[in-house]
Amino acid sequence: MDDLLADFLTETHEGLTALDSALVRLERTPDDQPTLSEVFRLVHTIKGTCGFLGLSRLEAVAHAAENVLGRYRDGTLPVTAGGITLILSALDRVKEIVAGLEASGSEPAGEDTPLIAALNAAAEGQVETAAAAALPAEAAADPAPEQGGALAAQTIRVSVEVLEDLMTLVSELVLTRNQLLQLARVHQSDAFAVPLQRLSHITSDLQEGVMKTRMQPIGTAWAKLPRLVRDLAHELGKKIDLDMRGAQTELDRQVLELIRDPLTHMVRNSGDHGLETPAERRAAGKPETGRIMLNAYHEGGHIIIEIGDDGRGLPVDRIRAKALANGLATEAELAQMSEREILRFIFAPGFSTAQQVTSVSGRGVGMDVVKTNIEKIGGTVELVSKEGRGATFTIKIPLTLAIVSALIVEAGGERFALPQIGVVELVRVGGAQDGAPRIERIKDAPVLRLRDRLLPLVSLAGLLRLAPPGDAATEGFVAVMQVGGQAFGIILDRVFDTEEIVVKPVAPILRHVTMFSGNTILGDGSVIMILDPNGIGRAAGVGLDAGGAEDRRAAPAAAGLRSDRSTSLLLFRAGEGAPKAVPLGLVARLEDIPAERIEMSGTTPVVQYRGGLMPLVSVAPGWTRPDDAARQAVLVFTENDRAMGLMVEEILDVIEERLVIQPGSGRSGFIGSAVVAGRVTEVIDTAHWLAQAGEDWFRAARPAATGAARPRVLLVEDSAFFRHLVVPGLAAAGYDVAAVENPAIALRLREEGVPFDAVISDIEMPEMDGIAFAEALRAGGPWSAVPLIALSSRTDPADIARGRDAGFTDYVGKYDRDALLQSLRDCLAAPVAA
Amino acid sequence: MDGMGMPPAGASPAMGGRAEAGEQVFLTLTVAGQGCAVPVLLVRDVLGPQAITRIPLAPPEVAGSLNLRGRIVTAVDLRLRLGLAARPPGAVAMSVVVEQGGELYSLLVDEVGEVIPLPAAGFEPNPPTLDPLWREVSRGVHRQEDRLLIALEVERVLAIG
Repeated sequence: MDDLLADFLTETHEGLTALDSALVRLERTPDDQPTLSEVFRLVHTIKGTCGFLGLSRLEAVAHAAENVLGRYRDGTLPVTAGGITLILSALDRVKEIVAGLEASGSEPAGEDTPLIAALNAAAEGQVETAAAAALPAEAAADPAPEQGGALAAQTIRVSVEVLEDLMTLVSELVLTRNQLLQLARVHQSDAFAVPLQRLSHITSDLQEGVMKTRMQPIGTAWAKLPRLVRDLAHELGKKIDLDMRGAQTELDRQVLELIRDPLTHMVRNSGDHGLETPAERRAAGKPETGRIMLNAYHEGGHIIIEIGDDGRGLPVDRIRAKALANGLATEAELAQMSEREILRFIFAPGFSTAQQVTSVSGRGVGMDVVKTNIEKIGGTVELVSKEGRGATFTIKIPLTLAIVSALIVEAGGERFALPQIGVVELVRVGGAQDGAPRIERIKDAPVLRLRDRLLPLVSLAGLLRLAPPGDAATEGFVAVMQVGGQAFGIILDRVFDTEEIVVKPVAPILRHVTMFSGNTILGDGSVIMILDPNGIGRAAGVGLDAGGAEDRRAAPAAAGLRSDRSTSLLLFRAGEGAPKAVPLGLVARLEDIPAERIEMSGTTPVVQYRGGLMPLVSVAPGWTRPDDAARQAVLVFTENDRAMGLMVEEILDVIEERLVIQPGSGRSGFIGSAVVAGRVTEVIDTAHWLAQAGEDWFRAARPAATGAARPRVLLVEDSAFFRHLVVPGLAAAGYDVAAVENPAIALRLREEGVPFDAVISDIEMPEMDGIAFAEALRAGGPWSAVPLIALSSRTDPADIARGRDAGFTDYVGKYDRDALLQSLRDCLAAPVAA
Repeated sequence: MDGMGMPPAGASPAMGGRAEAGEQVFLTLTVAGQGCAVPVLLVRDVLGPQAITRIPLAPPEVAGSLNLRGRIVTAVDLRLRLGLAARPPGAVAMSVVVEQGGELYSLLVDEVGEVIPLPAAGFEPNPPTLDPLWREVSRGVHRQEDRLLIALEVERVLAIG
């Protein structure tokens, strides 16, 4: 049954109930004008609605009854008991038809002519006979009321105000419940534990139930769009189809109200900017009729709304030019930006690329307002566009605003609530144990190495001016936030627990403080401010649309997936000339050591580090010990229990880059140079620097080499860079490594009878690739049983399967040093055990 | 967190309204030795010292927020609002909770006095030499035998930021 009909039935039931009592009243006091008017109005409404819905039987009956009532109301016909009876029987007929409608969704068949004739006769004044004529129809109507109330009882109308009040009360109840739970935790009174538990459950259920009453299908916000799109098409001379999906997706009505205008605006934009004229579409080989698609669905406590079109897409070049003209970015900055990043300029205030200002859009107010409105309700908006193919906006908003789950955190001695919507993960930093993530600094900017990313950090205490800037604690937590396309971390001193909080707006005199989205009362009765991740991101300069590390990284990372040679590089400055780079995978830690801690052991600078002495080697020649007050940036390399520090002047960045190394100038310590992030960068030869740290560095405990002779390993790898990367790593682990640059040389070694305990081979190589090489080895000869490990950046299951089929013993991602060592150990151990 | 009970009792309509023509009922309070008065009809509660949560980045005169029976009240330090010296450490503040535009605010004062009717005849306009900041928030000065009371315009007092 569609919504319209359901609404009609609900309304009609209400009307009929009211009519019954009004008519009875009218019968007793025939000249009561207000009652007469009320009855007339009720019948008129029923007639009007069913005419609109095409319910002809109902309409005819109601119309006839209305005629009689109209004459009563005008005073041209006296109200008689017979007349009322006749009206009542007409109403019974209406009920009967309505019951049929409810059951089947359409009007039941039936003959109303005698009843209508009787009503018409009554309208002419021939009351008594007419009433009698109508009577037979009543028998048929009898069973109807029995089942008639079914739908009426299923829904009732409640004013929004009542629901809002209920929600407020439930919110207070949740707070009080939290308070009780807190008390119980403190006092440990067992007697209360069970009933409290129950109270807690019931409160949660009640909260959920009340939330449900506030839910409305998003279709209600879309109701006006078909008309809008039709008018738009007409005005602009375009052909537009509007495709709406997921209209049943429900969300809180408060959110719904707030999302309505941004949605309308975006649909209008799609129609105006996005879609082309029929002629243009024909020329582009597309169907004349453009399509605007709206899609809504639930995903993990959020509503996702997509607004897409199959139009021309966003003009990246025009946006770039406009951003330049508006001074939002410099040419150099734009050159560095990914397309996605440039697209986000459309969310900047006053940004419009429409060449003509139409009555529809192009006035330069718009997407920034849309974005602001969506962010106000804790949502995010993202954009994907393909030139010539169309654009899609994706909005993610919370289901409800009233109650959110939040982390209670502490910074600068104050507690705050951090809504969990933006929190991706929590990282404990600077803990006592070794290997814990640490907050590092690039100049003054704190960063965190999170897996292969460099996450910009903001200190909450610093941002809220609860601590001097730059004086962030080195121990504590980092809440990793994802706001829009940006990722950043918030440095916190402590994290307590999560609590369901009721968001209350802050007082008007505090509205200008954008760092908070509201405040609330905690279980312990104290007031706490709720942090706004969007506001924090903006204030810290990491959530801006014009720029952001996440986007910049996203583009090369995506390329890296396709590239065979992509690797994470740590960039640093040391000595004269170009910046230097080292593969991040080789660096264990970044340290910033106070110069006063650097001591001299003979001619070698050393530092006491984690219970041992760590030799320090300077990349730049002629290192002199800096002043005591200065600090020395150090890249730490570790091997087993030993550590070695490479002293550099400044750590610059970590980036993902596809490396193309030009052969070096012969300078010792450098493999060669490569273009990294648009600049010529020298890639250091780690083996050289490790050797500088002293001979004993390589002679550390060698688990793989204990006992018998060192296992001999052959590396087949066409990239000089990777050969330089892998060889020292394996050598340091106690293997005797030979490296060749292509399978042909390797096969020659086989013919010469050189024995190896294991072979490691790249897959992607010119001429003969790794797969063909493996097949050649397995086909026979002295190496047919040698463990064969593939080293490749392509680690899809399909690639791995292909490698195994060809005869590889194991498959290791490039370049996972630990995995490679483990694999070697496993491969070499297996035959012994056998 | 309980109200002290005393002055709000005076907030009953009988006393709070214009007791006689030309007379309005005020609650007197002291801020750094200066006598002030606020219309008693605006006062919702008077509280003793409260646990106040600081609000970072808020204007300096906003002392923080506190919980009044489940409602969040924004505390404004009248000393700072009136450009007076900050309360010496250790000294406690009383909260006069007022309602403005549906929101509750607490005015932090040093002492709360009594509820008294002030006849209109006793009011003088602000002296032109009065500090502009005070002129902004004062609706007039009331002469009493032993002191002068500044009748505060609560709406202006709360016009911060």
